[in-house]
Formats: sequence, C-alpha cells, structure tokens
Amino acid sequence: MQNLADEILYPGKEENMKKKLLKLSGMVLASVLMVTTIAGCGAKDEQKLSGKITLAGSTSMQKVCEALMEGFMEKYEDITVTTEYTGSGAGLESLANGSVNIGNASRHVKDAEKEKGLVENVVALDGIAVISHKDNAVKDLTKEELTGIYRGEIKNWSELGGQDEAIVVIGRENGSGTRDAFEELLGVKDACNYAQELDSTGAVMAKVAATPGAIGYVSLDVVNDSVLALKLNGVDATEQNILAGEYALQRPFVMATKGEISEQSDLVQVWFEYLGSEEGKTIIRNTGLILPN
Amino acid sequence: MKKTTEKIAGYIFLIFGCIAIVSVGAITIYMLVKGVPALKEVGIPELIFGTVWEPTASNPRYGIFYIILSSVVGTFGAVLLGVPIGILTAVFLTDFTNESKIGRRISSVLSAAVELLAAIPSVIYGLIGMMVLNPLMYRLEKAIYAGNTEHQFTGGSNLLSAIIVLAIMILPTVINISTSSIRAVPKSVRLASLALGASKIQTIFRVVLPAARSGLMTGVVLGVGRALGEAMAINMVAGGSVNIPLPFNSVKLLTTQLVSEMSYSSGLHRQVLFTVGLVLYLFIVGINLLLTRMKKKGELEHD
Repeated sequence: MQNLADEILYPGKEENMKKKLLKLSGMVLASVLMVTTIAGCGAKDEQKLSGKITLAGSTSMQKVCEALMEGFMEKYEDITVTTEYTGSGAGLESLANGSVNIGNASRHVKDAEKEKGLVENVVALDGIAVISHKDNAVKDLTKEELTGIYRGEIKNWSELGGQDEAIVVIGRENGSGTRDAFEELLGVKDACNYAQELDSTGAVMAKVAATPGAIGYVSLDVVNDSVLALKLNGVDATEQNILAGEYALQRPFVMATKGEISEQSDLVQVWFEYLGSEEGKTIIRNTGLILPN
Repeated sequence: MKKTTEKIAGYIFLIFGCIAIVSVGAITIYMLVKGVPALKEVGIPELIFGTVWEPTASNPRYGIFYIILSSVVGTFGAVLLGVPIGILTAVFLTDFTNESKIGRRISSVLSAAVELLAAIPSVIYGLIGMMVLNPLMYRLEKAIYAGNTEHQFTGGSNLLSAIIVLAIMILPTVINISTSSIRAVPKSVRLASLALGASKIQTIFRVVLPAARSGLMTGVVLGVGRALGEAMAINMVAGGSVNIPLPFNSVKLLTTQLVSEMSYSSGLHRQVLFTVGLVLYLFIVGINLLLTRMKKKGELEHD
C-alpha cells in the first residue's frame, strides 16, 4: 500500500499513465475482495444462531419494529422475528405469562408489572412537537391551554394573549401513531375537536405553514423553519429537553424482558446487541426517534 | 387447416375478453367478502345511520352516515356547478364558433384546453386546490363567520373547496359528451326551427338541447361517477374531519376515508373501511346501471 500511496503522491516518470491506472485498479480490486471475504467470514459466524424471536405489544411502535426486524433479519438470515401489535398492556401481559420473548410498550412499565419480573429496557424516546403558523404571537402554551385548544374550548388566539385570529385545529387521521401518542399524553383521547384531519406529517407541516392561526402536531424530527415550534409549559421541544425529561409531550418506547437482558436466551441477547449497534441506532434514528442516554 | 386457426384465434379472443369479466367478478366477490362481516358485527343501523366516527376510541363507534352524506352532497354540488358550465361550453363550441375565422380559432384553443384539463392528474388539482383555493376560501370563511364563536374555523379546507375542485374535474367529461350529443342532432331539426321564425337562442334551448337530452344525461351521469370516485384531490382540500356536510365544514368523503385511514388501521376499524369501500362500490355500480339503462333508452329514441 505504501508504494501505491507514493506513486499517487509522487508519480514516477518512467511509468505511463495507463500502466499506473491498471496497477491502481488491481490494488483496489484486491482490497475490495479482501474486505468482502472478511465480512463474509464474520457473517457466517453470526448466522450459526437460528430460531425465532417473538415480540408483542404497542401499535405505536409498529414503524420502528418493522424497520428493525427488516434490518435484523437481513443480517441474521436464520433468525425469524415476529411482532404482534396488540397494544402496550396486552404485550406486557403476554410477556408476563411467557408467550412472547419481548413485550413492547410505548409507556413506562408500571410497578405492578415490574413485580411480575418484567424489566424495562428503553430503546427509544418519542417526542411530539406542537407547531403553529409563523405569524402567531403566542409562543408558549401551558398543557391546560393546549388541551383547551384541542377540545375546542379555546377558539381564538386572542384568548391566549395573541392577535385576533381564529385557531385552526389540525391533527392526524384515526389510527395514526402520532395522533394516538399526542391524545394519550395530553389526556384528550377521543375528545379532540379537529378542524382538519390530515393523513401525513408532510401535509400537517404544509397546512400549518400555509394557514394563519393554524396549530398542529408532528414528530419532533421533522420540525423546520417553515413553522413555529411552540414551547410547552415554557420548555422548548428539543432533543436535550426530552432526554432530560423536561418536555411534556414525550414517551419512551420500551422493549421489556422477563428478567434482565443477560438472563435471556442467546437469540434475545443478539437482538438487543443489534439495537445497540451503530446499525440498529441508525434505524431507530431514521424512524424519527431519539436514542436514550 | 384454416378452420382450426380461425377456431384457435376465436378462443384466444374469448380468453382475453373474459379477463374483464373475471376482474369485475373477482372485485365484486372480494368487496362483498371483506365488507359484509363488519356490517354484521357493527350492525347495519349503527354503521350506515350512525353519525359518530370514533374507530380508535376505547369504546369505538363506527357510524358512517355523515361520510356517505358528504359524498352525496359533494357529488351533487359538483354536478350542480359543473354541468351548466359544461353544457353551455358545449353549446358555444357547436353553435357559436363556426361562422367566423376568430370563432374557429377560439374553438380549437378551447378544445385543446378541455383535452388538457382531462389529462391533468388529480394530484395536481389537489395541490392547486390546497395552495390557492383553500387560502381564498379561508378569507371568505373569515368574512362570513366574523365574530362567530360557534363556528369551527377550518382554514379553508371545506366542502365548498371540494365541490369547486370536483366541478372543474368533471368539466371535460361533461363538455366532451355534451358536444358530441349536440353535434348528433340533425341539421334539419335546427333549420326547421329557424325557418319557423325562432331565434338562434330559442332554437338552442327549446329544440337542440331537448333533442340531445339523453346524451346530455349520459354526460351528467358519467360526471357523477367521476366525482364520486375521486379521492386524491379531495383528500388534499376537504379537511378530513367527519362533520355534517355544510359548505364551510371540514368533511370526509367515502373515498378520502379509505385513502387516509387504510394505512394504519387494524382489526374492526380496517373491516369497517372495507365496508366503506363496499358502499362506494355499490354507489358506482348503481350509477353504471343507470347509465346502461339510459343508453338503451337513448338508442330506442333514436330508432
């Protein structure tokens, strides 16, 4: 390799360009071959593990679970991972009675559940930002004010000290994970009075940006300059504030196990190893979630 | 030898012909199989005539009455707005552009515009509706409901926006069918009317249009079909909340409900969405039966 570097930096005059290129490409080819062989060996070792991992629980975690499963099963071809989306409570219940390996929950594991031997492993944090039109003079809302807006009790920004502008309450469609999380965290489940129900994050961003007086909610990671991200109880919606636990509209994504991870089968341990690897972390981040400390 | 090839060719044509029939049959069976269970589980009165749509609540309610009503009102509104424009455009094309050079030029530009209107993808209509029509509607809404504390402001995404977009989208269908049916009225009929001393306008409204009636109706029914089945554009402008279909309310239609909720739904919610699809499908089947009957009637009249 040293020779090659020398030649690139200080090309010898006696060799013509063509020869050099040939040599160079030969070296590159060889190194590529070497790397793939090494990688292939590594994969083979890991593939000795085979069997099935079963998960059950939160519907909100469907997106991240699907992505993780796809990445995981591509790496470990002999391991099958299945997930049932039955809801957080039902998932932990199945884990407690031993019918699945991992219970997914989009909330903290309760004490009563911990007494059954369940251990909480937070794999990600989900944050929801409240956004409004840029011209809005109100920059900070309390949780109660936000609840009032979404229940349809507060209808004009002037009631909150802003300009005289009707509040256009924008949300997501039935079945959306973001809507589910927002309504649950705010305690307004089934009590929201939406003026618009849109079926994608992009649509919410676009409508809020284009409609004076609009308010909406989206995953934290998509917020940009086109809208105004509102403070909640004086706290900015940022990754730091979520990690510090100060921002209200956040929830943990938990993959609970019965007993510590170290007590689990090899398969389950490999799964958690994968979640902790750079590859797993990238997948989690790409689904718009925040990695826990 | 020749006979066998003819025969084989005949069978091949038959097989290809059957593809359409098999498709329709398969779709019908699929919709029934998927759509009927929820109808049984929720109950027809609760599902069809219920007005509360809360599929993900802890105590879910699956009433789609307002959604059906929104589809019907939206379609009706679009036809009410689009058909007069369409038929008058057709009259202009057939009866007012032949005499002068400039008239013929306008006619060719207009025809090209109508063709293009038909070819524009619905998502473009939706986009323009969302970025241009909705803000205009919001100004109107603010002006009309100024100081009103009861009204929920929708930001311009409402039934009226949906109707306007749909009306524009059905224009090409209505114009094309009306034009050809007006052209099909024999020249002798017009000449007879003019010879009796009727003016041109009288001839058009009293003689030509009534004579072209069945063709015009076909255009209307096809327009209804198009408006009823449109999803994408409406999804972008109608707001998407389940409400009584009033002009300035945010509404959800049968099609938009399927489009927006199918992806994340599960369990009974998903089954009910199939029932919604079934209802939409039955509407469309009904429209088509009506169309076939009218075409037959039209043929009889012409004979």
